[in-house]
Amino acid sequence: MLYWYKKGENQLKTYLELAIGFARTGVTGYGGGPSTIPLIEHEAVKKYKWMNEQEFVEILALANTLPGPIATKMAAYIGYKVKGYSGATVAILTHILPSIIAMIALLGVLYSYKESPIVSGMVQGVTPVIGFMLLEMAYRFFQNGRKGLGFPIMLTLSIVSLVIVQFLGVHPGILIAVFLIAAFIIADRKEKAAKTAAELLLHRKEKSS
Amino acid sequence: MIYVHIFWSFLIANLLGYGGGPATIPLIQNEVVNHYHWMSVSEFGDVLAIANALPGPIATKMGGYIGYQLGGVLGAILALIATILPSALAVILLFKFVNLFKGNPKVALMTKSVQPIIFILLAVMAYQFFLTAYEKSGIFHLVLLAVVSYFALIRFKMHPSLLIVGCLIYGGVFLS
Repeated sequence: MLYWYKKGENQLKTYLELAIGFARTGVTGYGGGPSTIPLIEHEAVKKYKWMNEQEFVEILALANTLPGPIATKMAAYIGYKVKGYSGATVAILTHILPSIIAMIALLGVLYSYKESPIVSGMVQGVTPVIGFMLLEMAYRFFQNGRKGLGFPIMLTLSIVSLVIVQFLGVHPGILIAVFLIAAFIIADRKEKAAKTAAELLLHRKEKSS
Repeated sequence: MIYVHIFWSFLIANLLGYGGGPATIPLIQNEVVNHYHWMSVSEFGDVLAIANALPGPIATKMGGYIGYQLGGVLGAILALIATILPSALAVILLFKFVNLFKGNPKVALMTKSVQPIIFILLAVMAYQFFLTAYEKSGIFHLVLLAVVSYFALIRFKMHPSLLIVGCLIYGGVFLS
């Protein structure tokens, strides 16, 4: 009897730790999911020791290869590792709910005074800031692309994207799908070419020795 | 029907957004503003401004709020499920085949190949916001606030929420 009671208490404690850890990272991380990653690492590795540093880095690398928001992918995996699917649910919900509720409340207040000139002035005041933040984000993606693809390819593909999405009005999803498939085929060919080259080299070495 | 559209648009935006939440913003805008016309560019901008002023992941804040606006609590839940569930399940399942994907050159090149598109989408959005600001408040306030943003965020590494609150006050006083 006491054993079951203890076990239940321990289980509850684990869920509670998951909830506290992810709620804390959800309400203190500014600048979207990517900026919360070091905070999540602190909770998962240093504070609650759900995993070691190495494992965290491996999951992060894996999660980055998938589309979609990064913070919820991390919450899903860590929650799952600690307490299965219900752990994943607890981690995700505690991570996202506080900020969503705050957002609905804040915008509700702002919009109930929508006709007021002060509120419309406030919206105008914030528009250039959003423009700037988006520009800064765009710059980061440009730098990533330049490092990964090289400047000439990045520039060419950017111009191609601009023309196709903006001037021809094609849905960006179609373009993304085309780029993904092309990248897959190119990488596949490179792999095969590298393999045959390595085999050829091996062959020559064997002959010469 | 609206529920199906909410679910579908957030599913598409998040399945195609490589590079975390920020990469999904222009894709969400594409669905919400350009495709379904649920809100105007400037309304979307307000939502984005408040979302940026609050902590937490950006994609779920956008999904939760827009879903709630369009379809109440059920709309918010559907938008959130579409945003989170596919990638959350994928990361759990994929971890069982971790060595197949880690450092795989195909996956690496696929991630890189999407960068130019996301860059262009974000740059176009930035342009739209600057254009709106230019039309509504004129070149002087636009340049001033953009320069202030640059110094606050890049040079002084100020908290974005402080900057946004500051600009809300500035706008309430000088632009009303």
